[in-house]
Amino acid sequence: MDAEIKKQLEITACKIRMGIIEGVFNAKSGHPGGSLAIADLLTYLYFNKMNVYPENPDYEDRDRLVLSKGHCAPGLYSALAERGFFPKEELKKLRHIGALLQGHPCIHIPGVDMSTGSLGQGISAACGMALSGKISSKPYHVYAILGDGELEEGQVWEASMFAAHNKLDNLTAIIDNNNLQIDGCISDVCSPYPIVDKFAAFGWHVITMDAHDFDSIEKAFHEAEKIAEQPVAIVQKSVKGKGVSYMENKAEWHGSAPNKEQYDIAMAELSAALKSLQD
Amino acid sequence: MADVIKKATRESYGEALAELGDKYENLYVLDADLAAATKTGIFKKKFPERFFDCGIAEANMMGVAAGMATTGKIPFASTFAMFAAGRAFEIVRNSIGYPHLNVKIGATHAGISVGEDGASHQCNEDIALMRTIPGMTIINPADDVEARAAVEAAILYQGPVYMRFGRLATPIFNDKTTYKFELGKGVRLKEGGDISIIATGLMVAEALSAAQTLAGEGIHASVVNIHTIKPIDREIILEEAKKTGKIVTVEEHSIIGGLGSAVCDVVAEAYPCRVKRIGVNDVFGHSGPAADLLKEFGLSAENIVKTVKDVLGK
Repeated sequence: MDAEIKKQLEITACKIRMGIIEGVFNAKSGHPGGSLAIADLLTYLYFNKMNVYPENPDYEDRDRLVLSKGHCAPGLYSALAERGFFPKEELKKLRHIGALLQGHPCIHIPGVDMSTGSLGQGISAACGMALSGKISSKPYHVYAILGDGELEEGQVWEASMFAAHNKLDNLTAIIDNNNLQIDGCISDVCSPYPIVDKFAAFGWHVITMDAHDFDSIEKAFHEAEKIAEQPVAIVQKSVKGKGVSYMENKAEWHGSAPNKEQYDIAMAELSAALKSLQD
Repeated sequence: MADVIKKATRESYGEALAELGDKYENLYVLDADLAAATKTGIFKKKFPERFFDCGIAEANMMGVAAGMATTGKIPFASTFAMFAAGRAFEIVRNSIGYPHLNVKIGATHAGISVGEDGASHQCNEDIALMRTIPGMTIINPADDVEARAAVEAAILYQGPVYMRFGRLATPIFNDKTTYKFELGKGVRLKEGGDISIIATGLMVAEALSAAQTLAGEGIHASVVNIHTIKPIDREIILEEAKKTGKIVTVEEHSIIGGLGSAVCDVVAEAYPCRVKRIGVNDVFGHSGPAADLLKEFGLSAENIVKTVKDVLGK
């Protein structure tokens, strides 16, 4: 990847991470860990990959993104705000009464392509969008982001069969493999491993990538583009809580908000990271 | 009534889809390995490129339908009522109901008249489940003519619709040359001042037959067909409540959460009056010929006559 583009993406990712902390802190609840884990992915998709139109969010030929792991809404919202779908000020009202930004993604929010939150469901809707695109020879691509814990939902595998059966090569599912779910390590709770083998067995083309390295991300998506007649699953190895030292690899940051002191530390760390990128 | 023509509303559903497929190019049909039974196979034969079998995976089918609806297509997701409303409830609630997507659910084999397959497949809970979803429209057509009209009404309406169809062939009593379907409007099929029989689905024909018997005995019953359970026609229910003060509801569904409950909701708040609910009395069904089961569970003209007389103290 071009060094300047990479640096710009890293700067954007840092800003998106700050938006996540801002949102979750002001909401006093929400899911920072998984949101931070997918911040680089969202940055790449919304700032480098997807054809989206903030001024016309419902444009029918736009690429679509379904956040099947809907609890990572703070990540999605922060990316959408950064991309100009709505003012960043909205992030501070996340989860408040009367706010635009609901606890989990809602289709009525500009830029949100599907209401999600109940795990396992978004991937099916993404299949429906991709199928529609195939039927009508539309140019758009559909991306679905799933959690690794989410793979424990049976509906994911119903959808996986359907996607392969219908040769949905306009569908890319990214599995955020941060190895943690609410009750602990996914391998301890009810292991969905081996993830790569499972998707391959279901008829998908599977790629792995480092979730926090834009070169690796770009390489994965370039490979995905070339795959025909098959849906693509990209398994991203990620760090839950990535970018905030005390949140990294800690299951307890799956679904809790930082207090003021923790917020200040997180923002100081992210500001320092941003500054070093901009210098 | 040997000369009465009978048809199962599931057949009306399949035939209507195939017919309307020409007129509405945006219409797509999904099924979950039951195309022969739900009769969507008729559509599949005519429009193979607009039919998608999702296999035995109803949860995914509802999600796929939701995704298709976001792109402007009108998907009809078809399976048995047990799986559409029961198994896939939470997907219908969260992926279709909450975003208020334009998905049409064609649920066949509803109620106890599924017959021999027994309790596991006799869905007497679907109306109750679907009623709890905000913005869900529920249609339970009474005969072939109404079922066909309901399918087109669902296409013309923007938003989620749950349609309930039966397996058993039942009498066609509406005249297709004059029938007009109005979503959300009850139909007063017979005027009477002594008591009001409010029925839905397969029970409407039984209610008409009961009213005829009662008339012979000097009891004049109103018969109202509620084909749209939600949003319910409050006006016609309250007119009946004010006119007769005595209502008997009849449905091939649990007495909990169905038409009877919906009617009680209306009158309890706006004009309290006597309501007696005929339906499946909070029990599971069992195997047997549909006609025998309907009799056994009191879903018959005979039992409507008896119940009306009980309510009137005659």
